[in-house]
Amino acid sequence: MSRLNARGRAPVLTFLLTALLLAAPASRAQEEAKTLPFTDNASNVASVQRGARDFMAYCSGCHSLKYLRYNRIGQDLGLSDDMLKQNLIFSGVKVGEPVTTSMPAKSSEDWFGRTPPDLSLETKSRSPEWVYSYLMGFYLDKTRPFGVNNLFLPNVAMPAVLGELQGWQVKEEGEKTAGHGEGLPLKLVQPGSMTPEEYKAFVSDLTNFMVYAAEPTAKERVSTGWGVMFYLIFLLLPLTYFLKKEFWRDVH
Amino acid sequence: MAIIPNPHKTTGFLGWIDDRFPLTKLWKDHLSEYYAPKNFNFWYYFGSLALFVLVNQLLTGILLAMAYKPGADTAFDSVQYIMRDVSWGWLIRYLHATGASAFFLVVYLHMFRGILYGSHRKPRELVWIFGALIFLVLMAEGFCGYVLPWGNMSYWGAQVILSLFGTIPYIGHALQVWIQGDYTPADATVNRLFSLHVVALPFMLVGLVVAHLIALHEVGSNNPDGIEIKKNKDPVTHIPLDGIGFHPYYTVKDLVGVVVFLIIFSAVIFFAPEGGGYVLEKPNFTPANPQVTPDEIAPSWYFCVFYAMLRAVPSAFNTQIWGVIVMFAAIVVLFFLPWLDRSPVKSIRYKGPIFKFAVVIFAADFLMLSYLGMHKPNPLFTLLARLGTLYYFLFFLGMPIYTKIDKTKPVPERVTA
Amino acid sequence: MSNEGVDGGRRRFLTAATSAVGAAGALTVVWPFLASLKPSAKALAAGAPVSADISKIDEGQQVTFVWQGLNIWVLRRSKDMLDSLSKVTPQLADPKSESSTQPDYCKNETRSIKPEFLVMNGKCTHLGCSPKLMPDHPNPAIDANWQGGYFCPCHGSKYDISGRVFSGQPAPLNMLVPPHRYVSDTLLMIGEDQKAA
Repeated sequence: MSRLNARGRAPVLTFLLTALLLAAPASRAQEEAKTLPFTDNASNVASVQRGARDFMAYCSGCHSLKYLRYNRIGQDLGLSDDMLKQNLIFSGVKVGEPVTTSMPAKSSEDWFGRTPPDLSLETKSRSPEWVYSYLMGFYLDKTRPFGVNNLFLPNVAMPAVLGELQGWQVKEEGEKTAGHGEGLPLKLVQPGSMTPEEYKAFVSDLTNFMVYAAEPTAKERVSTGWGVMFYLIFLLLPLTYFLKKEFWRDVH
Repeated sequence: MAIIPNPHKTTGFLGWIDDRFPLTKLWKDHLSEYYAPKNFNFWYYFGSLALFVLVNQLLTGILLAMAYKPGADTAFDSVQYIMRDVSWGWLIRYLHATGASAFFLVVYLHMFRGILYGSHRKPRELVWIFGALIFLVLMAEGFCGYVLPWGNMSYWGAQVILSLFGTIPYIGHALQVWIQGDYTPADATVNRLFSLHVVALPFMLVGLVVAHLIALHEVGSNNPDGIEIKKNKDPVTHIPLDGIGFHPYYTVKDLVGVVVFLIIFSAVIFFAPEGGGYVLEKPNFTPANPQVTPDEIAPSWYFCVFYAMLRAVPSAFNTQIWGVIVMFAAIVVLFFLPWLDRSPVKSIRYKGPIFKFAVVIFAADFLMLSYLGMHKPNPLFTLLARLGTLYYFLFFLGMPIYTKIDKTKPVPERVTA
Repeated sequence: MSNEGVDGGRRRFLTAATSAVGAAGALTVVWPFLASLKPSAKALAAGAPVSADISKIDEGQQVTFVWQGLNIWVLRRSKDMLDSLSKVTPQLADPKSESSTQPDYCKNETRSIKPEFLVMNGKCTHLGCSPKLMPDHPNPAIDANWQGGYFCPCHGSKYDISGRVFSGQPAPLNMLVPPHRYVSDTLLMIGEDQKAA
């Protein structure tokens, strides 16, 4: 009886497992279908430096990085305290302080309907691709309080702060052909102060900086990792392997 | 003053100790003269690895507790404080978080080894039961630890798991509120789960591990042939003919296992510490937000088998408790395994085709349920989860029948190479 | 199991080499574990140099600033106070501050950069109590030759108005002078050396 059961189940389960394997990539693709391709590179120090400068100029008025200290940025990006004070610190705080915003939470709630979120971990809680795409994805929408909306965060509360740089886009209804423009169904109707290429580079720098800000220890982690791997694979593994072989010559 | 000399005839400082404390005796009983079968294979690494990971969790946990601040307002910030401001804090936290996943991985493989070779069979029933208790405490420990960072996944994880208590008829709601110490998971909840995580549960865990090892060393280790090596002893020395001293032979062998484990472990810690979202989930990088449930909520991968079962069972008679009962039954059934297996042989090597087939499908079923538990349900997935749950119980509860009618091969007198 | 054909030398070598390499690895792991207990970046940031506005301190007045959790006193001394320093020299344990702790630029009789301003950690070198400023003199209850100074209420240690300890006291050394520099005539930076300027 139970033998029959066991035998009978096999083809069914084989079928089900196959179905699972087929279903897996489909559900994956669904999650990240929309974002633009972007390869973050927080080890590009020059890019992260530019991103830091731009973040302080365009973002830090509203968004804090409350877990990141200025002197940590300086230490990781090779900037002296004086350079930090001249280029990054606009609020007059000490170099050991974290990047906070001077805007009171109350007034931001009045202006935007909500407090702008802290961005320390944004690239981790969403993804670098998402941040990059989001900054690319603003378009004109008269129904919204600030006249703009975003493809990646519908009904966004944030105004298009970078609109002057990027220019103004409109959404192309019904046209979702792949490979169109930058891969987004948006059309530039009024150029900004930057060319599309310049703006892409600008957003890349900003995203790279935010990737760095989400885990400033990443560089130290990877470099430590190589040392540990070398030690384990080339020193400890051969030694313990030969030690085991040597002792086990006793065992017959 | 003369005292009775210790039987090990040790002298000097060690002799002084041995006259007062069984140090040499412990060393001999549990290491140098603990005779383990010489035919351990790949599957036998995971016991010592589990112990290794336990030590890792204890050491890194002690250090984390020095910088972590429980409490709804401080927990999330203090984790970032550890990650950024504490020297090497990132390493300690990654060791601990990845260690939790590694612990379950190693323990699952260790348990599967037991099923393969019948390590739960007489006279090792208590070894297995202590092990199942360790698994149970480990799950509680894992859950508490998961809540502590108080990210959004922590919060909703706590909400879901603690709601399980709320499904109990009549007393459920009051019980849940009592456990939480508030109407929802809140400040008091984080504090008490922290207390459990760092004091009560580790004590139990370590105590149970000691009991697990004492029981094991009392009856001796099983082996891939399922033969009792104590049946064939050297007539003069009384050492099992197929036994070798745990030290040095298995200490040096397990050392290789530890190094290989460390290579894989380090690869995750240093190059992919979030484990693709399986070790540290994306929603947990946002602080707990009682207003917004993450889009995809799933427990840690190591709970997903049981989570899939929970979801698979529909509510009936106005209560959702059936899923909870099924889920707990899936763990409780493990305790009865030593008596469910009625085969005349222990090891899969000498068991018949039905058992072999059943085990292979069981492993596939386990993986399938894990997968289902990690993903959003849809009609196909729910159907699969129900079939998977059914098979899980069939595997265990059908065991007294199919192991009895299954053909077996003769077991050799001595272990095979 | 037999010991035939065992190469003892090879076995000993491998055991020693593995132990040594393993111990080196273990020690390397101990290092970050212990290093994690050092003051964190947060503590270091909180212990950063503090600026102290000294423009509003009156003559004879002492103001307390906090740097790295220490009470840093800034005492504006009068001419009378400064003159008193030489009068007690024979009674002092370490009049030239040879054994005491202060930056080199404060290793003088006034223990200061500008004689007028004494910048000092107000902590008795005996067991860490906070001595009291007792500028009035004579005060035979403290000392027959009291010229004004600091008196520790815990165990009675006596210091002069530069924080130099009297000999024969429980306290062995002069009170600590922290690194500091003048950003301007009225602004001090406590915790930063003069050289860094």
